[in-house]
Amino acid sequence: MLRPRIIPCLLVHKKGLVKTINFKNPKYVGDPINAVKIFNEKEVDELIVLDMDATVDGREPDFTMIKNLAAECRMPLCYGGGVKSVDHAKKIINLGAEKVAISSAAIENPSLVAAIAEAVGKQSVIAVLDVKKKGLFGKYEVFIHNGTKATGKDPREFAIELERQGVGEIVINSIDQDGVMKGFDLKLTELIREAVNVPITTLGGAGSLADLKHIIDKFGIIGVAAGSLFVFKGIYKAVLINYPKREEINTMLK
Amino acid sequence: MIAIVNYGSGNIQAIGNIFKRSNIDFFVAEAPEQLEQATKLILPGVGAFDKTMQQLIDSGLKEKLDDLVLHRKVPVLGICVGMQILGKDSEEGQLNGLGWIDGHVKKIDVSKFTHKPHVPHMGWNSVKPLHQHPLMEGIDLNQGFYFLHTYFFSCNKKENILCTTEYGNEFASGVYSNNVYGMQFHPEKSHSNGIQLLENFAKL
Repeated sequence: MLRPRIIPCLLVHKKGLVKTINFKNPKYVGDPINAVKIFNEKEVDELIVLDMDATVDGREPDFTMIKNLAAECRMPLCYGGGVKSVDHAKKIINLGAEKVAISSAAIENPSLVAAIAEAVGKQSVIAVLDVKKKGLFGKYEVFIHNGTKATGKDPREFAIELERQGVGEIVINSIDQDGVMKGFDLKLTELIREAVNVPITTLGGAGSLADLKHIIDKFGIIGVAAGSLFVFKGIYKAVLINYPKREEINTMLK
Repeated sequence: MIAIVNYGSGNIQAIGNIFKRSNIDFFVAEAPEQLEQATKLILPGVGAFDKTMQQLIDSGLKEKLDDLVLHRKVPVLGICVGMQILGKDSEEGQLNGLGWIDGHVKKIDVSKFTHKPHVPHMGWNSVKPLHQHPLMEGIDLNQGFYFLHTYFFSCNKKENILCTTEYGNEFASGVYSNNVYGMQFHPEKSHSNGIQLLENFAKL
């Protein structure tokens, strides 16, 4: 039987791994390759690596880093950050990543999703939507540039458009829940799950295995991603890369 | 020595790293003449059917592979789209496949799905062997492997199905015929099960 995917999400900032809170105050948590090696040993389901700087700095993805990461990963790797063209996507897949994530470029030009899907196959094109509640009524809106630029896009409508363009998976990243470790935004997850048939992964807010279980119980086959949960331990948030053991996961999925 | 055939279709490094780790000799081959010394072949794969076939044709690799696999009976393992091209053709494209295993590649039928998501089939899924085979030795069947695909291999002959997986319907996740093997999942991205399977292939 197909199982839900439990996915550590790593943020790269100035070549190091960091963890943010509400997309702000990046705290250094270690070296990317070293983290991958540990996650290999822990046999994680998948890995997402997002480069925070590429788009903001207006530069290309760091292909050398991607190559090194992909070669090290014994689990599927999704890379995102600064992907602006079909050529970028092709290069990243050819370097050994299974999935390439696009965000701001898809918002500026949704047909880029279709073009990338044509080049590397639908299953390898992932869209990451950074979503924040806005205004008096807490309406959801898609943001870009690490949560600093509003796009005016409604995440539900945009998810439907992305599916129409041939996206293989949608990662919903809640800016409000990021790093808070108080649970996922269930409402946002449900909103997108109901809108599309492609696989979705929800990210932002996981603080415990119970939070993962809660969302899996509710949605069944879904990707659940987390940053803080898998890089911090204890109430003082000591940096310690961790991941539930297979028995713990099996118990959780029962 | 095992040749990982590089036709611009990803994952060469990840497969190579596993062989390195397991002390299995391998090399990466890009040109037909390099394949002369291959005693086993791996066809990796991420991407679309036609693009993959086109690359094999343009590089001259297809002709060479046909000779090695069909006449000299060199064992070959196709992975993901590298497995799908073992068939005759695919609903994903117009080009003919290698045709080494009697079957067609079809889109996963989601019309009877009662759950979301539909396609792609993405994530860890278990496998059920239909035959005992050294390739599946020591595999934790329940843990299974990592899948990422929208199309699947539909065998014309049941005897070519090595193992099946359940996603909406039961489909062939592993196929074989004589010296030809194909896996829909990604052993190079499936941790200890994947390492085991690649070691098993090396020992065949």
